[in-house]
Amino acid sequence: MHFFLFQIFPYIAGITLVLGSILRFDRDPYSWRSKSSQLLRKKQLIVGSVLFHLGILVILGGHVVGLLTPIAVFDAMGISHGAKQILAMTAGGIAGVFCLIGLLILIHRRLFDPRIRATTSFADISVLFLLLAQLCLGLYTITESMNHLDGHEMTKFMNWAQHIVTLRGGADVYLIDVAPVFKAHITLGLFIVFIWPFTRLVHVFSAPIGFITRPYQVVRKRAR
Amino acid sequence: MKIRAQIGMVLNLDKCIGCHTCSVTCKNVWTSRQGVEYAWFNNVETKPGVGYPKDWENQDKWNGGWTRKNNGKIEPKQGGRWRILAKIFGNPDMPEIDDYYEPFTFDYDHLQKAPESKAQPTARPRSLISGQRMEKIQWGPNWEEILGTEFEHRRKDYNFKDIEEEMYGQFENTFMMYLPRLCEHCLNPTCVASCPSGSIYKREEDGIVLIDQDKCRGWRMCVSGCPYKKIYYNWESGKAEKCTFCYPRIENGDPTVCSETCVGRIRYLGVMLYDADAIEEAASVEDTGDLYQAQCDIFLNPHDPEVVAQARKDGIPDNMIEGAKNSPIYKMAMEWKVAFPLHPEYRTLPMVWYIPPLSPIQNAAEQGKIAKKGIMPDLDDMRIPVKYLANLLTAGRVDPIKLGLGRMMAMRAYMRTKLIEGEPDTSILDEVGLTPEMVDDMYKIMALANYEDRYVIPTGHREETIDAYGESGGCGFSFGNGCSTHSNSDIDLFESQKTTRGRSASGKDNRVNTLFSQGKSGGCGSGSCGC
Repeated sequence: MHFFLFQIFPYIAGITLVLGSILRFDRDPYSWRSKSSQLLRKKQLIVGSVLFHLGILVILGGHVVGLLTPIAVFDAMGISHGAKQILAMTAGGIAGVFCLIGLLILIHRRLFDPRIRATTSFADISVLFLLLAQLCLGLYTITESMNHLDGHEMTKFMNWAQHIVTLRGGADVYLIDVAPVFKAHITLGLFIVFIWPFTRLVHVFSAPIGFITRPYQVVRKRAR
Repeated sequence: MKIRAQIGMVLNLDKCIGCHTCSVTCKNVWTSRQGVEYAWFNNVETKPGVGYPKDWENQDKWNGGWTRKNNGKIEPKQGGRWRILAKIFGNPDMPEIDDYYEPFTFDYDHLQKAPESKAQPTARPRSLISGQRMEKIQWGPNWEEILGTEFEHRRKDYNFKDIEEEMYGQFENTFMMYLPRLCEHCLNPTCVASCPSGSIYKREEDGIVLIDQDKCRGWRMCVSGCPYKKIYYNWESGKAEKCTFCYPRIENGDPTVCSETCVGRIRYLGVMLYDADAIEEAASVEDTGDLYQAQCDIFLNPHDPEVVAQARKDGIPDNMIEGAKNSPIYKMAMEWKVAFPLHPEYRTLPMVWYIPPLSPIQNAAEQGKIAKKGIMPDLDDMRIPVKYLANLLTAGRVDPIKLGLGRMMAMRAYMRTKLIEGEPDTSILDEVGLTPEMVDDMYKIMALANYEDRYVIPTGHREETIDAYGESGGCGFSFGNGCSTHSNSDIDLFESQKTTRGRSASGKDNRVNTLFSQGKSGGCGSGSCGC
């Protein structure tokens, strides 16, 4: 089971994410959208959405940089493992609280506003609660991390993630003796990756970065 | 100089009777679907009034349109690119559905099923979004119909700027006019500029502004960007939708549905040639009052041989150039100067123009005679204040409006002397700078308004671009999902839209085999599908 969850499931989730997203984008681009409900109720949305999105962007960025940057880079920069862990815990903790407040506002709005509730799908609610569960697990890992501030545990996760990403075997071994809350956090995270292409989460891939450099006006000629 | 052609529209408000036929036919064709019940690509408002959505003209509130920066450049009033992106998680400038109205139906069923009672059963309203009872319907696309609602609310009309509106609340002084509104298909559209995905575009061949439904991600910046509030967010599909100028009909040489069905014959369609390289400069003039003239200046005279030569060089088909020569739009906007853009101060260079309405001479009844300056009555005595029309159509400049109204009055007076009295009096025309030939043409197009004079629409050239053979057996009209058949299956992996209406047309039993129709050159792969 351990081998499946931390050595095989990451690839199942990853392949599903990539193939599913490509298929959806190609076959059903009309369904590719952020699904904003702001039109129906502005109240709660702006503050909730901004807090949630800013928080989660910081958290995601932190995970990517923190997990995938080779340890040698930190060593070369002279940042000790312990210092990096404390940085991660502080930044992640603050962003996590922001994200949590935003998410709770959004969940309250989605469940108790009659207009929003009536136009909500099962997937919408599931995604919110999955993210809530994942966020709570993530915040809970901080308390667990307090027990070992030397950064030793953290390097296990970095090794695991880097082994997975570089397609090396033996990744699961790094996670054998870590605390259960970490295992739960990783498993749920992989599950969210797994269902990603089937939910509104795909809008993340459409972050409109290109807008910054685009000319204001767009004129299309009929294809010849 | 880069010449482009556009199909423009003019609405003769002098003849609009406010029957809403345009709105209803448009609705039936384009927005009779879940998610856009509240959306009217065409709606008719009674002015003065705050309109739909409420107070849409007030850009201090909604931040639509463009603003000119100190360095002379223009940027969307809601912010430049970075500021638009910063608002992407929550758009503070976007109207809520209550600013339009909550869509509703009535409990018609109750009329049939109510048990016997002393009072007649009634059908009470019910929300089409939440399905809950609505105690009161609060607003609609024509809520202020024929000066409905109290003046205290209507006086907030943005066009009362610099007018003492107090007196127009009194019964003796009140005035009204109709304003049918649709997408302006601007030369400098803010919706296009505001779209983070780049999904909104202007078509080069006819200037129609469309939203690529497959590329729209629902960031909703276009809704706040458009100062006319003519982009609607479909709350069901999560995509923005707008007036399509009935492009399938225009390509076919047919007028838009709103024009075709207009019983008052107020709508005109025709080609305008313009200099695309001059758009930015025209939209950036310092004084908003100059924008009307600036826009006129980038329109090109299709009778000028140099313009025709350049147009050919820029790839404009000959039938478009011919169309431009016979265009009723060009005549009304440029030759007769009776048509004006709607709110040019938004700097969008709109392409749906309006002929202002004439109205009774105010103090004629009081004095028993009509005050005149020369032969013409004094336009300042018209019941609808000229300043009001100027705020609506020329960013406050009164003189162009006066000239336009004067010419329309002169046409009436002259034709009266010609047809009734039998002695044409050209002195009336001299005062407003018209010739008898011009007036004859005006009379033919504006007063008689025959079908073929109102709609001069060259057919599109699909034959040049699409292999018609590959189109055979294609999927025809679709909701932007190409020939995909997903939406009719019971299990749907991608939580896409279930079609709740019109299913009969796309059911499994009567679907054609589309296996071989999506060739390279044809089918929906060309991006022309859907709205």
